[in-house]
Amino acid sequence: MLLSRARLVWLFALIVSGLSFIVSALLLQQVLMSGTIIYELGGWDAPWGIEYRIDKLNGFLLLIISAMSTLVLFAAQTSINKEIPAEKHTHFYILYLLSLTGMLGVVVTGDAFNVFVFLEISSLSSYALIALGKDRRALWAAYQYLILGTIGATFILIGIGLMYQMTGTLNMADLAARLPEVAQTKTVLTAFAFVITGVCLKLALFPLHLWLPNAYTYAPSIVTAFLAATATKVAFYLLIRFTYSVFGVSFSFTTLPLQFLFMTLGLLGIFVGSIAAIFQTNVKQIFAYSSIAQIGYMVIGFSISSVTGLTAALLHIFNHALMKGALFLALGAVVYRIGSVQINQFQGLGQQMPLTMAAILVAGLSLIGMPLTVGFVSKWYLLSALIEKGWWPVAVLILIGSLLTLVYVWKIIEAAYFKPSLSTNSTVNEAPLAFLIPIWLLVIANIYFGIDTRLSVEVAHSASESLLQAQGLVIP
Amino acid sequence: MLMGLFNHWIVVVLMMIGLYIVIAHGNLIKKIVGLTIFQTSVFIFYISMAKVDGGTAPILMANVSQYANPLPHVLILTAIVVGIATTALALALTIRIKEAYNSIEEESIQEQNKKQASEPDELDPRSDPY
Repeated sequence: MLLSRARLVWLFALIVSGLSFIVSALLLQQVLMSGTIIYELGGWDAPWGIEYRIDKLNGFLLLIISAMSTLVLFAAQTSINKEIPAEKHTHFYILYLLSLTGMLGVVVTGDAFNVFVFLEISSLSSYALIALGKDRRALWAAYQYLILGTIGATFILIGIGLMYQMTGTLNMADLAARLPEVAQTKTVLTAFAFVITGVCLKLALFPLHLWLPNAYTYAPSIVTAFLAATATKVAFYLLIRFTYSVFGVSFSFTTLPLQFLFMTLGLLGIFVGSIAAIFQTNVKQIFAYSSIAQIGYMVIGFSISSVTGLTAALLHIFNHALMKGALFLALGAVVYRIGSVQINQFQGLGQQMPLTMAAILVAGLSLIGMPLTVGFVSKWYLLSALIEKGWWPVAVLILIGSLLTLVYVWKIIEAAYFKPSLSTNSTVNEAPLAFLIPIWLLVIANIYFGIDTRLSVEVAHSASESLLQAQGLVIP
Repeated sequence: MLMGLFNHWIVVVLMMIGLYIVIAHGNLIKKIVGLTIFQTSVFIFYISMAKVDGGTAPILMANVSQYANPLPHVLILTAIVVGIATTALALALTIRIKEAYNSIEEESIQEQNKKQASEPDELDPRSDPY
């Protein structure tokens, strides 16, 4: 009875997530065809009531989040059977769906205060999800994440309050129209600083990343795959939304030395994250630190503030979701079979779990940025955006950063393929199909979108073009 | 001038006290107390922002034409709920941490984590922890 109920709840979660994926795909198609869609909640007109506003940017994000959550849920049932006690399964799915709701809500809403509420819905449920990990360090990681996450969210709240004080509105489109009049006041500058710092805490931008490695490492495998593929992307969306749409490019990038600041922090993130990843022995921790480095790439693309740069950042959001989703799901499969993700336990897994390890290999190559994978496409756009601006040194540093990625991916490949298998692992079998299907769907997507870039690049490009066009910076 | 911004000074002082407690204290409960003070300072900021000189409470009454702005009140009601949820979750986590580590002092927990990290491996492959 208990077992069948857990199965039912899983099925329900899967259907809900799958439906939201279908709706997101249809929405994105409609937005691309006919422009921004506005939905007024409860029938109240926009500046007074809350509106949901879908443009190309958040349509794209909706598609990424709902697709990743659905794929991760496929593997969830098998994985949590092993990692979470049976009586907690129902709660797990409730928290998972709440977290998904919060993320989708942050992305669709056009109201600044609503952003805070949805952000906290998704954050609170993800603290609880992380605490479900069976290592006791998961509790400590969740506690640290809670403290830092709450400080970040409260910073955003202060920023929103200051903006409201200056303009008397909470609607993002309305804020964008009214902020330029008062842009030179200290209050608006303070509001901007609070909002950006808060968002960067949620985003785990170096040096505000301290909560991320432990949270990803000790959370249940499914939770790690879900959060790594979606949560930081949502925060990154907020960063773009607030700087490009609400405060406007001219304010964000000329009044403050934001471009220099973000580029430096992005580069530092790439190097610190990658070097820290090289020295880890826990494979989940390796990829957690690598996430900090990958956020660095997104932030650099963002800080260039040209159409190509923003396209690169958006592409990297999409591509990083595909890579990290595949990697963390594959690690979930490893945990399922051998109960550990220490790198010395990987010895000989190349023969014993060939399909899982091949997935890690391909996704790892994508992380490095090999041609024919998605990682190459986003790095290509990033480099061309930098060269467009003539920032050669940064481009060179990014290439060196990619070499560091090669080092830590190679460590895993070496253990899995070139070392004799451990005697304790001699009876290990390939991961079950429930894992292999979503993992390989993601791996195939990694290759497919690396070759046929029409969908991802076109959407990212037109989204960033319309963001900059609204500011009058690009002639249509 | 200085007294006109009295409420803002209170907000800033409370905010700093809260943040300082979160950063400086190692006791997990004290950190939560600090976090709550920090959040409360923002609530006060929103509520004082809504005050209109000579306005009454935003309840419809005869022969009154000036009301305080009700919107920040409503907003902060939501934020208070979020704050309660955060505090409750943090306290629940603290109970679990106390069970798992037998301590609620950050120093002791970090020490135990370090010890655990230096041990060879966390799990026997086929053991079931539950």
